[in-house]
Amino acid sequence: MTFVKYGSLVLITIVIIAGLSIPLSMSPKSWLEFPLIPGLEDKARNIFFHVPTAWTAVMAFLTSTYFGIRYLRSKNLDFDLQSVSAAGLGFLFCVLATVTGALWARFNWGSFWNWDPRQTSIFILLLIYGAYFALRSAVESEEKRASLSAVYSILAGLTVPFFIFIMPRMMAGLHPGAQDDPSGKGPLFEGSMMAPNMRILFYVSLLGFTLLFIWLLQLRIRTARLEHLSQQR
Amino acid sequence: MSALVSSSLRGTYALLLKDAQSELRTRYAVNALMMFVITAAVIVQLAIRDEQPSASVLSGLFWVVIFFAAMSGLSRTFVSEEERGTSMTLQLVASSSVVYFGKLCFNIVLTLVMNAAITVLYTVIFPGFTVQTTSTFLLTVFLGSLGLASASTILAAIIAKANTKGTLYPVLAFPILIPLLMTTMRATTRALEGEPFGDAGGEYQVLVSYFMVITAGSYLLFDYVWKD
Repeated sequence: MTFVKYGSLVLITIVIIAGLSIPLSMSPKSWLEFPLIPGLEDKARNIFFHVPTAWTAVMAFLTSTYFGIRYLRSKNLDFDLQSVSAAGLGFLFCVLATVTGALWARFNWGSFWNWDPRQTSIFILLLIYGAYFALRSAVESEEKRASLSAVYSILAGLTVPFFIFIMPRMMAGLHPGAQDDPSGKGPLFEGSMMAPNMRILFYVSLLGFTLLFIWLLQLRIRTARLEHLSQQR
Repeated sequence: MSALVSSSLRGTYALLLKDAQSELRTRYAVNALMMFVITAAVIVQLAIRDEQPSASVLSGLFWVVIFFAAMSGLSRTFVSEEERGTSMTLQLVASSSVVYFGKLCFNIVLTLVMNAAITVLYTVIFPGFTVQTTSTFLLTVFLGSLGLASASTILAAIIAKANTKGTLYPVLAFPILIPLLMTTMRATTRALEGEPFGDAGGEYQVLVSYFMVITAGSYLLFDYVWKD
């Protein structure tokens, strides 16, 4: 656990310092210079924070669904605690990804929200989390609440491939990889679109945010277990 | 094996018949659906007046009315079982897969009837709503109804066990139905604009796979929702 905790802190600190301070240049010569992309300029630095938060939000959703499935198989309420803890964190990271994305869109594309397919899908993910918590608050029995919300998160998970793989291919959009993007082969992120040193820092950031998620998840699960115990007394 | 299949088919048919009979006696869902559809369409008509809305606006309004009409009527299948206290009996006499497919068939029939009514109504009151490519339109409405009924059925089973039934239903359904609605709206726009049948091929694929995925998932998950 200490490895995860300090690992995430160290990696994210590195990403914040390096991501914000490494200078941009038109023709990068050394490893400590990022390429300057016309039209994107300093705004490109957001990629170290925006994409990892969106990645963590999706990972949290998958984690929550995974524990939901384990609950349905075992009927052990502890899995439900883990599932709802992951969902709460996922909601937090989803809001962060939406806000960083909306700010980036404001200064690059002109307005906070454009209903680009990718923006639509993060909005739907927010709605799914909202519906998940609304459903949980509407069921009193603990067992019923756990199994109904697990079923709902699995059902919602079934529609996720439509958002990630199908919609962005069928519709015109602004994110890289949309239907009308000449360079994009698909809607998923491709590392070859970045300079090598940016790519390394980007992967460091992904790893840092993943470790941060694992650490926060452990903290939440532990507090949720303690709350559960104190309620039973 | 074949005996098992034929007995579950017979059970599904019996359940469909039972739901249809109780529906014909009370006409609760049909009345609610029809009144909702007429009210919504007239409100839209009053707002539009003499404007000439584009094909995409009209197809959007068409599916908005379908979505909210479905949300007002399709939850009856399971909510009425809970309200009348008959769900326990149903659990005893039929296996969960029979219950699921019986309710699914009933909802599919109800959705098809409702969508046919909405189509007729829209054609009558909106002069701009003229379908140029009939084949595209019919296939889209048919596949869209299948997907809508499939997702609504499992969600109705979920909210029948919750406390706030009416308000929760659209909240849960919207994120799940969005891929379906986005696709049907695009295909309906194509049909209204008169694009040839083959142009909407991608949309048909999405609609068919959506129906298969949601139905298969619901079939596997229904047991956990239905059994207390």
